[in-house]
Amino acid sequence: MENDTIETEMTAEQTMTPSLEETRKVKMFTEDLKAYFGTFRALHGIDMRIFSNRATAIIGPSGCGKSTFIRCLNRMHEFVPGARTEGKVFLDEKDLFKKDIDLIEIRRSIGMVFQRPNPFPTLSIYDNVCAGLKLSGIKNKSFLNQAVEESLLKAALWEEVKDKLNHSGMSLSGGQQQRLCIARALAVKPEVILFDEPCSALDPISTGKVEELIHSLKENYTIVIVTHNMQQAARISDYTGYFYLGTLVEFGATKKIFTNPDKQETEDYITGRFG
Amino acid sequence: MKSHLRRRAENKIMTGLMFLFAILTIIPLISIFAFVITKGVTSINLDFFTHLPKPVGEPGGGMANAIVGTLLLVSLACLWAIPVGILAGVYMVEFAGPRIASTIRFTADVLSGIPSIVIGVFAYSLMVLPMRSFSTISGAFALGFMLIPTVLRTTEEMIKLVPQTLREGALALGISRFKTTIHIVLSTTLPGIITGTLLGVARIAGETAPLLFTAFGNRVWSTNLFEPIAALPLQIFVYAISPFEDWQRQAWAGALVLIMMVFVLSVVSRSATKRKYSFS
Repeated sequence: MENDTIETEMTAEQTMTPSLEETRKVKMFTEDLKAYFGTFRALHGIDMRIFSNRATAIIGPSGCGKSTFIRCLNRMHEFVPGARTEGKVFLDEKDLFKKDIDLIEIRRSIGMVFQRPNPFPTLSIYDNVCAGLKLSGIKNKSFLNQAVEESLLKAALWEEVKDKLNHSGMSLSGGQQQRLCIARALAVKPEVILFDEPCSALDPISTGKVEELIHSLKENYTIVIVTHNMQQAARISDYTGYFYLGTLVEFGATKKIFTNPDKQETEDYITGRFG
Repeated sequence: MKSHLRRRAENKIMTGLMFLFAILTIIPLISIFAFVITKGVTSINLDFFTHLPKPVGEPGGGMANAIVGTLLLVSLACLWAIPVGILAGVYMVEFAGPRIASTIRFTADVLSGIPSIVIGVFAYSLMVLPMRSFSTISGAFALGFMLIPTVLRTTEEMIKLVPQTLREGALALGISRFKTTIHIVLSTTLPGIITGTLLGVARIAGETAPLLFTAFGNRVWSTNLFEPIAALPLQIFVYAISPFEDWQRQAWAGALVLIMMVFVLSVVSRSATKRKYSFS
């Protein structure tokens, strides 16, 4: 049932501009998105849609622009010296590249989890989770307490840390640290969460936990995940985009991409003949 | 076989040489300590810390004014130079473009290379002449210039060590650039900055040349910011070259106190690396 709707939706030629007739709500989309590092162009005009409350996986060989792409979605790309972007990125009806846009507001709506767990080393577990709230001026203790507990529960970390909230965030294992970073992102109540290879520095057991978590987050959030791990993409995503050399080669329902892709290159990559 | 033996011998000789030179670098420190302690410890007593210098020819007395003077001069210098150094360092790494950053870095390096006597003359012409008086503030002004390059370069080096992913992690939470810098970047590196800064402070506490035409020295009690003030290094200088045996002994005691102050600061700076896990 579920699959049928996706199939019909995706086999219709990808018009790439969002239409209201779409059965699934489009949360974000990009139009002719180009990203540069100095004079080097890392993305050559990407048109892509990200559907609401679904997980979208971005796959492709190293250096194909996957990370650059999702770093454009919350405008983190420009933080690198010399980097710039062209084209358009929309969140709902908001043009994220508009001049007078409030970067802080965007980053609150679009959370990000990085490749390596990066808890703030001088802060406790508690302060790590509520850093985003505290540093934007929220001081209400009971509100913060509740936000911390809620976020840690959602990140499936509460049981493991509830008795040591004042310990350093660095005292946790790598997998726990990554879930702490997820809790930290959840605490500011984003609508979209970007995951940049969130499991590449984790062992298989921690990876399993984080994957499970991402799966459960789909109910309330829109997920975009960059991954090197094909099985991971197949397991947790509903849609998959295959990037190669800075272009989006193919985009579609994960089932279709992994069983019957339209492009030969996609099939070669997925079956491991290339990349 | 022969080459093998030869290699082993060469290895032994070179390791021995390096060990020898390592010892050589420690000897001056240890001998200065031993020398100052043996010479100074006999003339140090409670009077030294609580009394003012006696008039020429009268035995006894102490350097209370010079000890307080040095503490006051160094505190005032820290008060203006540490904020300037830290803010400039933060600006350099976090906000300035590469060209401005390298200009600041070069300027700081040149400043730290300027002979301290020249900085004294500079403070003299800038503050003492217009105010028509030697003063505490002109001394603190001169000492501050000696401190800025150390603080600035330490801040720069420490902040550069903060991984980019930490900044991005904070920015991705919608934390502003300014708050990220203060609460995440600076607080992460604070122990390192404090260590470097205290080492710089220890260094300026013993500076004599910048105080010669600014703080000038004072035989009587004064904590007035606009009048000449006593300082340990100055007092040591005056007493050590005096013909009176009692003064020479007190110079040794002063040297001992000064060394102890610097030593305590260095030890404190090392232990400042203790962390806490909360917003300050």
